[in-house]
Amino acid sequence: MNYFPDEVLEHVFDFLTSHRDRNAVSLVCKSWFKVEKWSRHRVFVGNCYAISPERLIARFPRVRALTLKGKPHFADFNLVPHDWGGFVYPWIEAMAKSNIGLEELRLKRMVVSNEGLELLARSFVNFKSLVLISCEGFTTDGLAAVAANCRFLRELDLQENEVEDRKGQWLSCFPDSCTSLVSLNFACLKGEVNLTALERLVARCPNLKSLRLNRAVPLDALQRILMLAPQLEDLGTGSYVHDPDTETYNKLISTFQKCRSIRSMSGFLEVSPLCLPAIYPICSNLTSLNLSYAPGIHGDELIKLIHHCRKLQRLWILDCIGDKGLGVVASTCKELQELRVFPSDPFGVGNAAVTEKGLVAISFGCPKLHSLLYFCQQVTNAALITVAKNCPNFTRFRLCILDATKADPVTMQPLDEGFGAIVQSCKDLRRLSLSGLLTDRVFLYIGMYAEQLEMLSIAFAGDSDKGMLYVLNGCKKLRKLEIRDSPFGNEALLTDVGKYETMRSLWMSSCEVTLGGCKVLAEKMPRINVEIINEYDQMEFGFDDRQKVDKMFLYRTLVGPRKDAPHFVWTL
Amino acid sequence: MSPQLAKPSPESSSAGLHFNDTELTLGLPGATKSGTKRGFSDTVDLNLRGPCNTDHASNPSENDVSGDSKPPPAKTQIVGWPPVKASRKNVAKISKYVKVAVDGAPYLRKVDLEMYGSYQQLLGSLEDMFSCFPIRNYLNERKLMDPVKGSDYMPTYEDRDGDWMLVGDVPWKMFVESCKRLRLMKSTEAIGLAPRASQKCTSTSGSKSL
Repeated sequence: MNYFPDEVLEHVFDFLTSHRDRNAVSLVCKSWFKVEKWSRHRVFVGNCYAISPERLIARFPRVRALTLKGKPHFADFNLVPHDWGGFVYPWIEAMAKSNIGLEELRLKRMVVSNEGLELLARSFVNFKSLVLISCEGFTTDGLAAVAANCRFLRELDLQENEVEDRKGQWLSCFPDSCTSLVSLNFACLKGEVNLTALERLVARCPNLKSLRLNRAVPLDALQRILMLAPQLEDLGTGSYVHDPDTETYNKLISTFQKCRSIRSMSGFLEVSPLCLPAIYPICSNLTSLNLSYAPGIHGDELIKLIHHCRKLQRLWILDCIGDKGLGVVASTCKELQELRVFPSDPFGVGNAAVTEKGLVAISFGCPKLHSLLYFCQQVTNAALITVAKNCPNFTRFRLCILDATKADPVTMQPLDEGFGAIVQSCKDLRRLSLSGLLTDRVFLYIGMYAEQLEMLSIAFAGDSDKGMLYVLNGCKKLRKLEIRDSPFGNEALLTDVGKYETMRSLWMSSCEVTLGGCKVLAEKMPRINVEIINEYDQMEFGFDDRQKVDKMFLYRTLVGPRKDAPHFVWTL
Repeated sequence: MSPQLAKPSPESSSAGLHFNDTELTLGLPGATKSGTKRGFSDTVDLNLRGPCNTDHASNPSENDVSGDSKPPPAKTQIVGWPPVKASRKNVAKISKYVKVAVDGAPYLRKVDLEMYGSYQQLLGSLEDMFSCFPIRNYLNERKLMDPVKGSDYMPTYEDRDGDWMLVGDVPWKMFVESCKRLRLMKSTEAIGLAPRASQKCTSTSGSKSL
């Protein structure tokens, strides 16, 4: 193999797209390492504190596309204090200084500042794609800088970010010379946009394939925009409110009939259900439909809509569809692969509209289903066993019973057997979230059967340290473990400390782990950062090792304790 | 050394309080209850209705808008449960019910302003609701209806400042945001206030109630 010139090796490596394959290739020998290093353009950093920007640049000097993830997953649910960390600025700064030819940046749960966006926009001439998911810390001024300066921008995708809307004219900051947009998603912005600027932008970008509008874009503007972009494949409507008895609505109907390419729809951030029939002609081609942000559509109206969606592969919907509606999905959407059912009234009186019956119906009707997120009122072991038998192909299975410790309502038993059936049947399961009344037994099953499991989320479950130990010992491919409000303590934490170097991170909050236990772990494992997050207590750290730790987040790292930790985060 | 979880009692009431049925308790072996570990029910934040007194108390599920007679939620809330992102928490059907009073009617009605997309829809619905009280329609919208001859009532509303305003001046959404209640005012009371359909409102010597 050493007799191949580097160019040939590089050409061969070009066919390797997965990070894991490329990582494996780097380990073969020094020359392969070198060639791979200089030809790696896409880098994925699952924890921004596992490595430093400088070392990343030294390792992969030709990086063009970087993915960074910051805060732990539970930050999505307010369990992580606001200024915990995850700042992207140092990364942008380091890459700018080193003249990295950055073209794509994808960030998840990171803190992004306007200064960072401005630096980004100025520093990377060929910058093409910015994807921000669940980020915060910037305003529309930062977006304006990106729009104004990134001359070859193809993609600006903002998903569920907290953006302060300065009511500026950021959309107008795209220069007339910008014609390269392929994807524009600003659905999460709350403020007004300049509709004229938007329409002109759409008109001059003939390659625009994906457009997701925010709530401030009214239906008549949607109609005009669709006329300008009949080539769209992915559409997120803004406000979908109108009087159906109007010329505007009739125009919309005929415009939709011309949009033959739309395969994915989302948005409907506010809806007049009477206007839904306009999209029926598109429904027959849809492979992806997200109505999970659409308030106030009754189950019956959803059912009417679903009848038209025979090709659906991905469906995100609210639980107002009901068990009955899920039955319709089961009989109509035979190609369904991914289903997410969100609670329309998460904190409401226990009238959540879906139960295990809907899920069972789906499992009978949709054999290709492999990814599920399901918020429901209740679940029975029998239902889960049936689902496991019908759908052995699950790779992601997340079940959230709104009453977190609810037992099987029929047998009053814990749900151990039901989830056990899932892990036993679904041999490719990579992600699992549990809820309901659960004992150590379910973890025994998970340790025994969930061989491919990479991410596990546990809440209000288990009886003793044994539970957590079953998982740590059994799940060889475990990368992320997040636990809240469960009785796992020091014995579980400390029995196999080496395990944590094989994982990305471990989160434990409101468990039984003590400060002393964490200290022991930190001392044994220098390449693990053990962070204690203590927002409320005035206690001075370190005085009582027997004290229970409210929130602990540990992760493997090559660069030691981070220097940007706020005062309430203590790295042991 | 790890605390054992005391099993919940096997009896369970069939309906009602799920919390008591499934309450998890912790204690050292032999202890019956108490224990430092919080079970699900112990973790609830009991200050649901009041203003959030800790930064991370869970959000109240209703806002103040449709003020009266909301049944208190059966569950109190726990931080971070159910695990939905903040952006999804308010997706529940938004409704804004306001009282509608018609001068001379024996009782009031309520309408959900979020059900409508325009003034036209609202007034049409009000006409249906109070079918014996024709409502003068002066609005200059695309779908203009001729002002009903001899109609008796002007639609007015009370805004957040407590002022009585004429319906129709501001964009629809702004109106929904600021409207607290509606009153269909007898036209005889409204002399000098009502602008004509296609005329600009000229200042008159009569004072407006705006």
